[in-house]
Amino acid sequence: MRDIEITEPVEITLNGELVTAQNGELLIDACERNGSYIPRFCYHSRLTPVGMCRMCLVEVDTGRGPALQPSCMIPVSDGMGVDTESDGVAKAQDGVLEFLLANHPLDCPVCDKGGECPLQDQAYAYGPGESRFVEEKRHNEKPIPISELVLLDRERCILCDRCTRFADEVAGDPLIHFIHRGSHTEVNTFPGEPFASYFSGNTVQICPVGALTASPYRFKARPWDLEETESTCTRCSVGCRVVVESSRNKVLRLQGVDSDPVNWSWLCDKGRFGFQAGNSGNRLSRPLQRCESGELSEVGWNTALDSAASVISAAIAGRGPQSVAVLGGARLTNESAYSWAKLAKDVIGTDNVDCQLGDGLPAELVLGLPGASIDEVCEPGATVLYLGPDAKEELPILYLRLRHAADFDGVKIVEVGPTLTGLSPYAAESVTAVPGETPSVLAALLDGTSEHVEASALLRNASDLKVVIGRANLAEDEAITVQTADLIRESVPGATFLPALRRANVRGALEAGLAPGFLPGGATLAGTLPTGWQSMPAERGGGAAEILEDAANGRVDVLILLGSDPLRDFPDRSLARRALAGAKTVISIDPFVNASAEQADLVLAASMFSESAGTTTSLEGRVTALNQLVTPPGTARDDWMIAVDLADRLGADLGVETSADDLAEEMAGFSDAHVVLGDGAPVGDGVMLDISGRDLLTSAEVEVPPANAYSLRLVLNRTMYDKGTLLEESESSAGLAGESVVKLSAADAAPLGVDGSTQVKVTSEHGSVTVAATIDSRVPKGVAVMHHALGDVDAGTLLVHGDPVCDVRVEVS
Amino acid sequence: MSDTAVDTQESTQEVPKVVSSRFDVDDGHTLHGYTQSGSFEGYAALRRALTMTPGAVSELVKDATLLGRGGAGFPAGVKWGFCAPDVWPRYVVANGDESEPGTYKDRLLMERDPHQLIEGSLIAAYAIGAAQVFLYVRGEMPHAQERIAAALNEAYEANFIGKNILGTDFSVDIVLTFGAGAYIVGEETALIESLEGNRGMPRLKPPFFPAAKGLYMMPTIVNNIETLSNLPWLLSHGVREYRSIGTEASPGTRLIALSGDVERPGVYEVPQGTTTFRELFESERYGGGIRGGRELKMFIPGGASAPWFFPEQVDLPLEGRVVGAEGSMLGSGAVVVMDDTTDAVRACWRLVRFFARESCGKCTPCREGTVWEERILRRILDGQGRPSDLDLLLDVADNISPGPYPLAAHPEAGLEAVPFPPRQTTICPLGPSSVAPITSAISRFRHEFEGKINRKDSIPVTSAGVTSV
Repeated sequence: MRDIEITEPVEITLNGELVTAQNGELLIDACERNGSYIPRFCYHSRLTPVGMCRMCLVEVDTGRGPALQPSCMIPVSDGMGVDTESDGVAKAQDGVLEFLLANHPLDCPVCDKGGECPLQDQAYAYGPGESRFVEEKRHNEKPIPISELVLLDRERCILCDRCTRFADEVAGDPLIHFIHRGSHTEVNTFPGEPFASYFSGNTVQICPVGALTASPYRFKARPWDLEETESTCTRCSVGCRVVVESSRNKVLRLQGVDSDPVNWSWLCDKGRFGFQAGNSGNRLSRPLQRCESGELSEVGWNTALDSAASVISAAIAGRGPQSVAVLGGARLTNESAYSWAKLAKDVIGTDNVDCQLGDGLPAELVLGLPGASIDEVCEPGATVLYLGPDAKEELPILYLRLRHAADFDGVKIVEVGPTLTGLSPYAAESVTAVPGETPSVLAALLDGTSEHVEASALLRNASDLKVVIGRANLAEDEAITVQTADLIRESVPGATFLPALRRANVRGALEAGLAPGFLPGGATLAGTLPTGWQSMPAERGGGAAEILEDAANGRVDVLILLGSDPLRDFPDRSLARRALAGAKTVISIDPFVNASAEQADLVLAASMFSESAGTTTSLEGRVTALNQLVTPPGTARDDWMIAVDLADRLGADLGVETSADDLAEEMAGFSDAHVVLGDGAPVGDGVMLDISGRDLLTSAEVEVPPANAYSLRLVLNRTMYDKGTLLEESESSAGLAGESVVKLSAADAAPLGVDGSTQVKVTSEHGSVTVAATIDSRVPKGVAVMHHALGDVDAGTLLVHGDPVCDVRVEVS
Repeated sequence: MSDTAVDTQESTQEVPKVVSSRFDVDDGHTLHGYTQSGSFEGYAALRRALTMTPGAVSELVKDATLLGRGGAGFPAGVKWGFCAPDVWPRYVVANGDESEPGTYKDRLLMERDPHQLIEGSLIAAYAIGAAQVFLYVRGEMPHAQERIAAALNEAYEANFIGKNILGTDFSVDIVLTFGAGAYIVGEETALIESLEGNRGMPRLKPPFFPAAKGLYMMPTIVNNIETLSNLPWLLSHGVREYRSIGTEASPGTRLIALSGDVERPGVYEVPQGTTTFRELFESERYGGGIRGGRELKMFIPGGASAPWFFPEQVDLPLEGRVVGAEGSMLGSGAVVVMDDTTDAVRACWRLVRFFARESCGKCTPCREGTVWEERILRRILDGQGRPSDLDLLLDVADNISPGPYPLAAHPEAGLEAVPFPPRQTTICPLGPSSVAPITSAISRFRHEFEGKINRKDSIPVTSAGVTSV
């Protein structure tokens, strides 16, 4: 049951006592709030009530005498009388329970749900000790897979409609439904169509019996053996709150927590099952150093840290602090990010630090724009301008929130982007803008000269415009996004922004100062020295692209990859390759030997999700807890510990005496949100940073070359499942990545003779790849779409960083 | 099945034919037949309605107390008034999903006189301000479907349907839809779900009263075929003449589908309230007596879901109000007669099996309970019954329909009538309907059940544990 604020109190009689309830709320909630829990199976506070299981029958009297009514369907009204404990109610509930158990297999001893099963619990609490049902029970094949991850046991199913309602109402993937009727009714998929939903794991979580189980947890543990802690999912930046559960020092399951401002108890499958990467046999448990034979081989931490410190010292002594560069940090906790910011900028003295890899938003935008929270964006009646990447693919729970807002709360979404997205079916208006033309298309929409009259009117009439801003296309220069933001602020001065960031803790890392030109708390190098710091960089450094450029040109002596993998993630792939080859020493700090780490001279084994404690900051600026539940493998350690040790070897003290809390306390000096954190981990929904914006914004003018008639403009974006390290290392998501394709509109495909799976050659000024072409109705004419990190085809080789857009020619090969 | 009896040896009063006047007319289903034969002039009522205000048409129907003929017997005019005010569009749905065992009166109305139904639907649409009518015809009635389709074409051609009907600014489209073979879709909210393309499962009332939130969550009036078919006669002959038939509380006629152990089963149009069951069974005009001169054992006065009546109740009038007070219902007008050769246990099982098979599976008590009831009865029939089974059966039934179930009086046993309707733990009345045969049969014929249970030892059992009888 969710907490609500009672704004319209009414009095009802509950079991003879007068109690207060909110007018119109459901009786089942009002009774629970007032201490009378009514048993239920089909009712779920985040789904439309259906009154099907009949377990919550109570006697309701609205003036015409008591009658049995399902309390999940009855809105409370003044003077209502409710009896939840009468003999009639008890008989009805016992009867329903007996009916539910009649055909239930009672295989609790081998059922994963046993021990945490509402049916089991309620059978114990209310049910008869013995069954009067002597007939043979219904039989079905058990279990049957309904998707890659979810299995269905129809014998256990009590047909509560939760999973099917979730699939339809919440996920928008109505791929499971009831089939047959009467006592033959069962949940199933459509013939030959799997329940292919990014959100399928939620059905397992809300199943009130053991009918739906997910393969990562099947037969792994009994609930009473699990240890658990609340934490925050770090697979994207939405910051979904989770309960992490482990057994024998191994994480086995994640469940969504019903956090009102964030995830409403839902998780995407990538987040829910991504913990498996932590259990991967490929986890790095000890530091690796490149030995004389050229191989990476295990060394002790002292050796590794000594050698890291010595190359850094040598670089400082040689070409100066700026010859050391730190790339990455968005995977870290706030505390670790801060420790690394302090190590880099104070101890080493370099400003060549960037937590993003040229695929995010400039720090000036994230820290400078007046912010909007997820709740503000989804506020009933709001108008939202959506300029981000495909939320369904990259920020799945934000997609669910927006979808709900549009479907149930009258939120009008105007989407402007290079292609249609998963959100398009729910958007009030979708306007496509060829890469590079977003600013001009948007300018026309905002000044009323656009041919998209409805979209224009919606935006112009919005009293309180909310903008979700992000990078919908990695092949488009980020300066165009800056220009777009600038344009919106000028045309709609009151607009507030939700940055559609990608990596889990980008916002926290930026707040900690892991960006060129910045100090913790959004301060710039022009400001005063932060408390507890001895010095700051003398000159402004470069961002990821400049760092890699410098490295490629031999100007970087030590390149520290702080949980980053530029070889896989930096959009301009050839620059990344040249940089790793050109840097004198590459130090990678990572839980895995990723593609870039394979080229490193030193790889330091880092802990990961649920192995370290701290806090993280979501895209909306919400600081929530990350709690430790298990220990990292071998001697792998937290990133902040590595920073403290390195600082020590470089002759500095980062001020940590016992734990990361000391870092949190120091951070409290820079932001109000961290004050609370200094006293310990935040509880519940966390604390919002001040997101009112800072005076950091710049403007940009980008010259976009005119499109030529022979080329298509490339859109490079991401899908939920790709060949990223963490996904590949998670048993359940490895293999879910699609094949590399180039997607074309039917209009562009026809003259080429592309009919579905034709191999084509995609050529830009800088490179060319051969890939299968498909026709996609979501792609507009003049645009070619490729996805990041799928298969062996590397779309990144077509790009050069700094080009405003990337034009490609597509020819049948 | 065209046995609307015409010969009248004993009745002195001419029985008015309100809805069945073209049942025996060969081309009564064509536009020509509709306008040239029958007890009123076809489409004259529509013309008359179009000269009135919609409100006046509604008032007229309300004044006539046209009771719904689908089962519940709710006054149609009052129902129309429940449309949420100022909410548009509104819809009229003609419920032609007649599937209750023993009921086949709507089928004749649809097959023999489709224009009457169409005209009635148009009048209803005009009265409530609907621009669209859905004729929902049961999937298993292809003949009715074809006849209605043909009639719709004729009516469109003649501008009785479509844009600017008969030169007025009243426009209506009528859409013909077919069911897919589920009894439950006769329940109005399940029918709406089916029309929307969903599984035919009932919605919960409250909050989904169709007049407030019906098809596509818009105000929707769902009327039975017979109810709508009454409208042309009513508009043609007026309220006074309509009310002169039947009784004050239940004016007009009812189509009764008489079946079972009578000499002349068939569909008969009888005045409401003034005809008794005895007359229905015995009159030469109607049933012509119990078949073969046997004794009446029991009868179902209103379709498979109605509690049974017995010889004590044969002198009750065919009037919903009275039948309800006496512990059953007139329901959809299906009267099933069972003579003294009928095995009460088998009849009970056969009826319960129908409900178990037709349960939609949405709510627990009906989905699990009806099947359980059926299996206990089957077991008893098979000689596998146990002495505790009758109590179990009644308790399972009680968990579907709690409290005293509607029951006919049995003065000999000191049983008083329990009035209709039953209470329910289910969403819709289907589950509780399965209880009717059980409580009815056990209350009167407990000894028959016990006889089967006690014969257990003499029943051969095969090695698989299944009886061979």
